[in-house]
Amino acid sequence: MNSGRWLRWVWPTVPIAGALVVTSLLLILFGAAPLEAFQAMYDGAFGDQSKTLSVLAFWVPLLLASTGLLVTFRAGLWNIGIEGQIVMGAIAASWVALSVEAPSAVLISLEIVAAMLAGALWAALSAVLKTRGKVHEIFSGLALNGIAIILTNYLISGPWQPPEGGSFRGTQPFQPAALLSLYENSRFSPLSLLLAVIAFILVVVALRGTFWGLKLKAIGQNLRSAFLLGVSSEREMILAMMFCGALAGLGGGVRTLSWFDSLRQSISGGIGFTALLVVMLSNYNMFLVPPIAFFFSMVLRGSLTLQLRTQLHSSLGGILTELLVLFVLLFGDWNKIGLFRKKEDDG
Amino acid sequence: MDSSTFILVLASIMLASTPLIIAVCGEILTERSGIVNLSLDGSMLMAAMTGFVVAFETDNVWFGFLAGAAIGALFAFIVAFGSIRLRQSQFAIGFVLAMLGQDLSAFLGQNYTRIPGPFVTHFPIPYLKDIPVIGPIFFSHNAVVYFAYILVIVTWFWLFRTQPGLRLRSAGDRPEAGFARGVGINRQRYLYTLIGGALVGIAGASYSLSIKIGWSEGITGGLGWIALAIVIFGGWSPVRGMFGALLFGAAKALATYMQRAFPEVSVVAFNALPWVLMILVLLLVGSDFTERLVTIAPKSLQRPLQRLLRISPPQALGTTFVED
Repeated sequence: MNSGRWLRWVWPTVPIAGALVVTSLLLILFGAAPLEAFQAMYDGAFGDQSKTLSVLAFWVPLLLASTGLLVTFRAGLWNIGIEGQIVMGAIAASWVALSVEAPSAVLISLEIVAAMLAGALWAALSAVLKTRGKVHEIFSGLALNGIAIILTNYLISGPWQPPEGGSFRGTQPFQPAALLSLYENSRFSPLSLLLAVIAFILVVVALRGTFWGLKLKAIGQNLRSAFLLGVSSEREMILAMMFCGALAGLGGGVRTLSWFDSLRQSISGGIGFTALLVVMLSNYNMFLVPPIAFFFSMVLRGSLTLQLRTQLHSSLGGILTELLVLFVLLFGDWNKIGLFRKKEDDG
Repeated sequence: MDSSTFILVLASIMLASTPLIIAVCGEILTERSGIVNLSLDGSMLMAAMTGFVVAFETDNVWFGFLAGAAIGALFAFIVAFGSIRLRQSQFAIGFVLAMLGQDLSAFLGQNYTRIPGPFVTHFPIPYLKDIPVIGPIFFSHNAVVYFAYILVIVTWFWLFRTQPGLRLRSAGDRPEAGFARGVGINRQRYLYTLIGGALVGIAGASYSLSIKIGWSEGITGGLGWIALAIVIFGGWSPVRGMFGALLFGAAKALATYMQRAFPEVSVVAFNALPWVLMILVLLLVGSDFTERLVTIAPKSLQRPLQRLLRISPPQALGTTFVED
């Protein structure tokens, strides 16, 4: 029918509208005007140049983590441990920054390599626990997240505490040569964006144009047939996890070397979990990942201004993104909705 | 540590493990029917927040528990509806709900943080509480604690000794066979996902009304995820699950005690203990290494050891079933 086709065309906007409506209701419940609140969020994201730059700076590690997750999701792995991989990357980069003295270019290269290596190894641990120990990656990941965060707290309050005494906030600022150069007075590092773009292109090419990408797909879709076809699932799974861990670690390195100037307690700030939401919302379509990640950065940064203006908890940004993902997951697929409509008609 | 402090520590482990035990029983019912409700951490936080707010406003803890159960059931319903009716990934939905519950509880509960409110009163059982050693450990708690331990027995009996329990297990183990014998598989799954979710909600509410008393952001400290791991460690059996929960409670208590006893050793080692334990116990029940380890044991011990360590998940766990 004509109206049916029209409805099908606009359907994707329905879950988005649903998420906005529920968020508005929450705002009204707490006595805030939704339009003003969304305006505050928009101002918080694009109000002036420095705010836009900080959205951009938040976007880079999120994009790196999401890009990595494209690889693990392709292999059918739930890399919830990505949060810990980001943290380990940050720790490794901080370790180099605190203990090595070298010209800036050498130092930064070392930091980046260390961050990627640490993330990859932390991810490999999860992968080996799965292939050898039959521990599901969700649980090893969660445990390793917990351990990574505890390790950060230990380093901050113990061996790496600032000379004036441990404050639990962070280490002392790194030497200037160790930090990524920033665009004007922002926290945005152009180099990190370049790295993220390279990583993204690399993953697109690897997943679409290489035999490795095909093997991962085989493992992700049907482990048993992949095995019968002679794909070594163990090797590919470990590689996929390490690939993702390396990008996540790089993201952590970028966080500590540009967003902050030291190792902080909340070094990741939930970027790994947000990245999982990004990839889920993209429905594993890689070209949707960068814009969705950008939108999420915008909402999450914007909600901080919302908190400043209205005194409402900044978790509202997270709620908006999570509702969006939930509604798209539940109702986004027109065909599956149609399936249940038809069933109801029959009954 | 003298014997009276030891008894106190054991009693505190019993108390601290209750939310975990209730949540594990709930999730076992759900997973035995074939659905994985991954939203536990989020729904427990939401239930803890809602339970406290309702109890605070009505000045009645039991309304708080009721509200918590309703929230848990609501979250569970979304998982069941999404996976059974809409055929979407139950893992994805559960994960998003876990995240959403965390943020939503922080937002909705923002005006109720760190304020005193009603809590479940201490209720030692007459006569039983006076038994030396056993009395103070087992019978000098509040009603929620007794509920948790009765729940373990009821859940076990229901699952393994009753007809409805058999139907429930058929939905998770052999849905085709169950369906051929007239079991409404998806009905079972809806039912037990909702019941399991309600129990998870009660567990969440017990956190803010019986264990920590009061609401603050992220109060459960990732307990929902640990409960999911204990379900596996417990081999989907409530009794083993209870021991798993007690083990984690003991690890936590031990960490706190050791920290006080050895202040010179870093906090890290002790705080990381529950997480390390989580990996280790999952390794123990999952890997082939354990099988080989068992063969070293004396012959007469091998069979019982294998029975103890081997677990088998419900065969159809996490899969969808089309009733035609």
